[in-house]
Amino acid sequence: MNSLILHTATRLMIGIIVLFSLFLFFRGHDEPGGGFIGGLVGAGAFTLYAIAFGSEATRAILRIDPITLIALGLVSLVISGIIPMFTFEPFLTGKWLFLELGESEFKLSTPLIFDIGVYLCVLGFILAVIFSLEEVK
Amino acid sequence: MNGLLVLPIAIPLVVATLALLFRRSSVMQRWIGVAGMLVLLVSVAILFRDVYVDGIQVLQLGNWQAPFGITLVADLLSMLMLAISAIMGLIIAVYSIYDIDKERERYGYYPLLHILLMGVNGSFLTGDIFNMYVWFEVMLIASFILLALGNSKNQLQGALKYVIINLFSSLLFLFGVAMLYGMTGTLNMADLAMRLPEVENTGLVTTVAMIFMVSFGVKAAIFPLFFWLPASYHTPPVAISAVFGGLLTKVGVYALIRVFTLLFTQDIGYTHTILLWVAGFTMVTGVLGAASHFEFRKILSFHIVSQIGYMIMGLAFNTALGLMGAIFYVLHNILAKSNLFLISGIAQRLTGTFELKQMGGLYKHYPILATLFLISAFALAGFPPLSGFWAKLSLVKAGLSIEAYVITAVAILVGLLTLFSMTKIWMTAFWAAVPEIGVPDHFGKMPLFGAGNLYIMVVPVMVVAGLIILVGFYAQPLLEVCLDAAEQLLNPSVYIEAVLGPQ
Repeated sequence: MNSLILHTATRLMIGIIVLFSLFLFFRGHDEPGGGFIGGLVGAGAFTLYAIAFGSEATRAILRIDPITLIALGLVSLVISGIIPMFTFEPFLTGKWLFLELGESEFKLSTPLIFDIGVYLCVLGFILAVIFSLEEVK
Repeated sequence: MNGLLVLPIAIPLVVATLALLFRRSSVMQRWIGVAGMLVLLVSVAILFRDVYVDGIQVLQLGNWQAPFGITLVADLLSMLMLAISAIMGLIIAVYSIYDIDKERERYGYYPLLHILLMGVNGSFLTGDIFNMYVWFEVMLIASFILLALGNSKNQLQGALKYVIINLFSSLLFLFGVAMLYGMTGTLNMADLAMRLPEVENTGLVTTVAMIFMVSFGVKAAIFPLFFWLPASYHTPPVAISAVFGGLLTKVGVYALIRVFTLLFTQDIGYTHTILLWVAGFTMVTGVLGAASHFEFRKILSFHIVSQIGYMIMGLAFNTALGLMGAIFYVLHNILAKSNLFLISGIAQRLTGTFELKQMGGLYKHYPILATLFLISAFALAGFPPLSGFWAKLSLVKAGLSIEAYVITAVAILVGLLTLFSMTKIWMTAFWAAVPEIGVPDHFGKMPLFGAGNLYIMVVPVMVVAGLIILVGFYAQPLLEVCLDAAEQLLNPSVYIEAVLGPQ
């Protein structure tokens, strides 16, 4: 769409929306948020860009094909499931790693990897749909 | 606990992901597709040994203990179904190399095929009724896309019918699950099997049983819920028809067997009598439908319906012999039916059509193909010594042993009528003279082996025909495994103990 207001606003907004989607993503697990909702909001950012500048330009800033994103998402889902199998625990068992860095504590876990997978799958799926609707002849 | 139990679900997922990553290269896709099926077959074989030697295997996913987490359970019935689906998966993947065009490959045929297998395997393995719903959905979504892939007009027509009726049946399934949860407060099938007999409102339990019967009945294509099947299965490419015709309806049959031996055994006089009537009508209507059609794959589609009747009949008898017959019938039917579909595809490549009236001369020019057809068709009709004979024999024996004479007579009569339809295909497509017009130039010149690469389609068919003969001549060991599986089904306490621990 050829509108100066939309173009300017989109350039400002897209970074904020992507940051917000990451905020929602990391807030997940214990509080409302997580991979699915984060992925949806992230997809919203790129959809806005696609409305403003067209799908060609959006593919260029995204750099990765949406379907590859889905595949990478599935890869991380599988990885999160397989990790506990190395210690002879059932598929998908949650494994946690607590890191003490100075004052704060970081929690790394297989559910986090699983959530990254969900994020990528949702992002990839929605963008694949949006692009194919935009590019239809 | 057996950690390997997740493999039949995880392997197709990994393979589908790999195929998705390499989606631009059709050569890579084919290799990944076939190699993935091979790995799956090996993993199923290892698991089969575990189950056969050590009894029912259980895995609590994510280490959440039953009945709170999702449990994967493999008993002999599950393993037999997994084994046959892995074998057919490999056969279809090889056949697809020639049958599926570049366009469909580019739009994700191989990933979808593996996702479909994942759904099928998940339904066979899960010990949780809601999880089974999820696997049904995985399977259905993959099959929707496979059915519509290619976008031709009659494909979309068929897909629409398939989608609507199957979504309706999923909805019913969900209602049934919700009612079960409302009555018992659990979704784990072993736990359900313990709590359902304690429910005071037995009428409600029977109602839920009927909801499940209708829902799974739609998927298994039993009378009177089968009409979507012949309307859609002849539209996609043959490889897809063969997967659907061979595997998908059998998942419905598996689900029926599972819930009507494990969960709903309180009012057998009511539910299983209805099943018996349904079985009879399914056999007869299916075979009559087949007799009235002249399109190769439509005839086969109606035969799927009629054969489902036999399996339901074995289930309705509710004896070890009956269930053994039903399980054996499922295994035999997946081989014979898929093979006939695959043969119809080769015949179409040669003659350019699926219409029997425009075919002819296949026997004269392609005797090997004719032999392969004859083996599969006779197996389907139940000729000794092929696999179908033992399947029908054990069902008839089961029927006679509980003095169900009428349904047994129907079963034998339907066998005869099956032979009639198979003879019809034989007489027109294979034996009749080559028609004057409409025959493509390569007919009679294109060899089955050598130039033209048609052997990629023929070799899988030969392997399956070999399996049919093998099962026919060495039926005893397989029948014994089926009998063990049937006895496991009739004695749910083993299943319950394996999942929930000693009671």
